[in-house]
Amino acid sequence: MIEAELARCVASFHPGATGVTGAAKLSGGASQETWTFDIVHPDGTIGAILRRAPPGFGAAPSRAAGLDAEASLMQLAHDAGLPSPRVLHVLRPEEGLGTGFIMARVEGETIARKILRDEQFAKARPLLARQLGKVAAGIHGLPATKLPKLRQMTATKEIGDLEREYRGFDWPRPVFELALRWLRDHDPGPSDEMTLVHGDFRHGNLIIGPDGVRAVLDWELAHFGDPMEDLGWICVNSWRFGEIDKPVGGFGSREELFAGYEEAGGTVDPSRVMFWEVMGTLRWGVMCCGMMQRFRIGPDHSMERAMIGRRASETEIDLLRLLAPRGR
Amino acid sequence: MQDEPTPTELIKAVADFLRNEIAPAITGHNSFKLRVGINALDLVTRQLTLAQTADAAEAARLEQLLGADGSLIELNRLLSEKIASGVVDLQTPGLADHLWQTTMDKLAVDQPNYAAYKREMGDTTRS
Repeated sequence: MIEAELARCVASFHPGATGVTGAAKLSGGASQETWTFDIVHPDGTIGAILRRAPPGFGAAPSRAAGLDAEASLMQLAHDAGLPSPRVLHVLRPEEGLGTGFIMARVEGETIARKILRDEQFAKARPLLARQLGKVAAGIHGLPATKLPKLRQMTATKEIGDLEREYRGFDWPRPVFELALRWLRDHDPGPSDEMTLVHGDFRHGNLIIGPDGVRAVLDWELAHFGDPMEDLGWICVNSWRFGEIDKPVGGFGSREELFAGYEEAGGTVDPSRVMFWEVMGTLRWGVMCCGMMQRFRIGPDHSMERAMIGRRASETEIDLLRLLAPRGR
Repeated sequence: MQDEPTPTELIKAVADFLRNEIAPAITGHNSFKLRVGINALDLVTRQLTLAQTADAAEAARLEQLLGADGSLIELNRLLSEKIASGVVDLQTPGLADHLWQTTMDKLAVDQPNYAAYKREMGDTTRS
């Protein structure tokens, strides 16, 4: 059924297209969906991705940049030569597909366990940390004047948001308290440099091929802020998938990440990166607790959500390893 | 007094059946969901086996640390308030040890295969 709407839509921006095939939903919550499909054209088939809020789901959650902003950011990144899919079309209301956009499909892998273990990525793994450093610097270097309207974040604001969310759960967690206290005591203040921050720069949002990074996806949490946030977030232990001695995504070192970043013209402040790693670890822990809440009170009463709630303790051991390491 | 078998034995028998007989016959997304379900049952088994002793030890440490009595959740609320206000911190004798022991006991139930937990248990083999 969605294929008929897509076919009409595609014909409007891609002259000569004769239809679409193979539409399949890749992921979807209540308010946001991702579909893959192929555009049929006499010159050859084009792989495409639809990212949309279905009709009736206009409003994005308050932290979200919004799908229109995501489309502009992806296009800006693509135009700047960063690994980012080409945006083919931004949806219009009269097309009946909701709000969102259509982009070119980039082939590759997003599943961390495969990227970290499969033979086909063996040559890419040692390159990734440096490559991602360069990509992050490229993102942070995108000209502020061209960016869509985004929320502005500081470390202080982020601590406040996390604390409010944690207190809302009304479930005491002394390790989270310790982390909140540490964050307040070590708040570095506003960054001298305020840039575009991707906001969710980690496994799952990176398409990796045997040659390395092919695309950065999911700009939903993009904002203005401290560029070191992206470097700290990708070092959070939760994204190492067992390879705990390789802080960057389980495939590389901080030194490689930082070297790539500086090669591409960025300046690294390692102590701010460490601050954001602690913040990110706590943030993932709070998100796990949020999954438990949604399991209990929300419509998504699934085992998966329930079990993610039981992963909050993983972030507690990670926080202790960061803040109160045992002498061994 | 309820009769045997115990909840632990019943849940383990169900989990083993799902793991050994059903999982090999299921494919696709349901196979992923079944694995999550089996993990949940295994977690419950570990909790039923381990939590009582761990909770008692946690309560004893908290009473010592805080000089107060109460239920486990009340004691944890009190400790949380004291950490938030800075009355208790990592320089306070016993705090770091308490948080480590409590967290290790939680991981033993929640996620004993978590690499950071295995490392802290002294197991240096890779997961």
